[in-house]
Amino acid sequence: MEDSRRQFLKITGIAALGLSTASTAGVLAADQGPQPYTRKGDEALTAKQWGLVIDTTKIDHELAEKITEACHTTHNVPFFDPEIVGPEVAKRHEIKWIWETHYHNAFVDSGSNNYMSEEVEHRPFLVLCNHCEAPPCCRACPTEATYKRDDGIVIMNFHRCIGCRFCMAACPYGSRSFNFRDPRPFIKETNLKWPTRSKGVVEKCNFCVERLAVGKAPACVEASDGAIVFGDLEDPDSHIREVLREHYTTRRRVSLGTGPAVYYII
Amino acid sequence: MLEYAIKGDKRYYAWITFLLALIGIGFGVYLWQLRFGLGITGLSRDVSWGFYIAQLTYMVGVAAGGVMVVLPYYLHDYKAFGRITVLGEFLAIAALVVCLLSVIVDLGQPGRILNVWIHLSPHSVLFWDTVVLNGYLFLNLVVGWNVLQAERNGTHYPQWVKPFIYLSIPWAISIHTVTAFLYCGLPGRHFWLTAILAPRFLASAFAAGPALLVLLCLLIRRVTNFDPGREQIQTLAKIITYALIANLFFFGCELFVAFYSNIPGHMDHITYLFAGLHGHGVLVPWMWASMGLMVLALLLLIPPITRRNEGVLAVACAMLFIGAWIDKGLGLISAGFVPNPLHEVNEYMPTLPEVVITIGVYAIAALVLTVLYKMAVGVKEEVAA
Ligand code: SF4
Ligand code: SF4
Ligand code: SF4
Repeated sequence: MEDSRRQFLKITGIAALGLSTASTAGVLAADQGPQPYTRKGDEALTAKQWGLVIDTTKIDHELAEKITEACHTTHNVPFFDPEIVGPEVAKRHEIKWIWETHYHNAFVDSGSNNYMSEEVEHRPFLVLCNHCEAPPCCRACPTEATYKRDDGIVIMNFHRCIGCRFCMAACPYGSRSFNFRDPRPFIKETNLKWPTRSKGVVEKCNFCVERLAVGKAPACVEASDGAIVFGDLEDPDSHIREVLREHYTTRRRVSLGTGPAVYYII
Repeated sequence: MLEYAIKGDKRYYAWITFLLALIGIGFGVYLWQLRFGLGITGLSRDVSWGFYIAQLTYMVGVAAGGVMVVLPYYLHDYKAFGRITVLGEFLAIAALVVCLLSVIVDLGQPGRILNVWIHLSPHSVLFWDTVVLNGYLFLNLVVGWNVLQAERNGTHYPQWVKPFIYLSIPWAISIHTVTAFLYCGLPGRHFWLTAILAPRFLASAFAAGPALLVLLCLLIRRVTNFDPGREQIQTLAKIITYALIANLFFFGCELFVAFYSNIPGHMDHITYLFAGLHGHGVLVPWMWASMGLMVLALLLLIPPITRRNEGVLAVACAMLFIGAWIDKGLGLISAGFVPNPLHEVNEYMPTLPEVVITIGVYAIAALVLTVLYKMAVGVKEEVAA
């Protein structure tokens, strides 16, 4: 039964070639059997499309560092110390899920303004995976190792990824990192609630699915002192929608049609 | 027919031993890469594809270029090419060996490669690329082998081979089109996001593939008793000339669109290649060399007087082959990633281990080509005798 249903879904998936991968990928993903982070308890937080609003006016360099640190320690993201591996290698092998950049880097298409407010020019802008509505990374992946869940989160299956890095070429936000070497010796303290990765696979922000599953807010949201809001973008009564109604917000590279779910208050 | 591949003189065995040595060295370095990870290459978070994928892209072109001898012979009944079609088909096989091995050495988790077939993902162009590449390999093996065997037996090849021959013609176009689609369907990578990428790939393929074939034909004439034929080589030279003109024309179209529209996203990558960007420009000398080689090759190919001189023709073919290799094998992939989506410039250059592994891959293909050509020439010599 289960097998024939799967087969059918695959065939319809083939017929739907060219359409968004979201539906097929989502269904196939649900078929993958038990996975620790897709299990839903009573306390699990759920949504139709998770999203974030980042209030950049409230984030200075220290806070940005604290947020980044919170994410990276929670998810066993390695740090290649330039003093140990050398600055060039540290840069090449770098892995980051959320990081600080400038306005003109975050908003490449709309950011070239010669006469910018100095304050905005120096303000840190946190960038991360946008959990796009129509994610080009999932479209590119030849194994469904990266896929969009029913709640809108774009996630990685580290055990299936073949390391072809097509998704990295496809992501127009530079959100993905590749394990060019074994990351484990470079993790300061391993968080046992989330797996470490092996060399040769891609990784990125997972919207803290493992925390949402137990009713906790994403680590970056928790560390942000209220500067980052998360919630269901498709629920008009959600807090995030209220914030969006009240503020002027923008998203990165909207002209590409990816539909980013991360919004910025400037 | 395999016996031809075993019987050879000293030179033949010396060449084989040399290739085996290169393969051994390349394989050793690959074992190191397997242990350490792709970190031994020059690849980075920003330039996540490089030398390996570039060889795939270039050699797909050489493989597709084989169709330039198959098509005139089978579709236009151009009899002269009957002498060399099998050389075109076998060259395509060797080129495909480079393509498939380059994909494998590029993978972070090569042991999981079958996931592509277990979790079929028709929305991924990479899936289709594996389909067309393996399909083309199969077609050329079937066709090349059967046609050669028939020639040896002095018979006509079996009728059932015919549909495969016809199929191989559009299939050749498809391999390079799908390979271009790997790049040109990605949002936000403006250097690749151009509808002319597939036509441009094909044009450079139909120049570079036959150019290599011309060089191989000249070599075969020197070292064996089989002469691929002067007319054959001259016809190939004309094909190469037209294809090279088309290739340079398409590139000119790219330049016009990018620079007349004055859109930074479109100009930046080209500027990076030919002039450098924000003070970074490792590829600048390479790209000018590439353009220079291709233009010079064209100047030698257009006038009949130089084209008809086989010595000059050989030089032109070599220049064109190298020029197109720099263009597609170094520039095209890197430039798509530089500047990165956040408009930062992080450059890429292959490292020594990366180059050695690639040489190993080419050595495997050269070994395959040597064995196949040895058989083909053996049959041709026998039939002629
Ligand atoms: S930001 Fe990049 S990695 Fe994240 S969903 Fe969009 S395309 Fe995929
Ligand atoms: S690297 Fe992994 S996740 Fe990315 S496209 Fe390849 S298989 Fe999919
Ligand atoms: S949502 Fe979670 S994984 Fe994503 S950046 Fe925030 S803390 Fe990191």
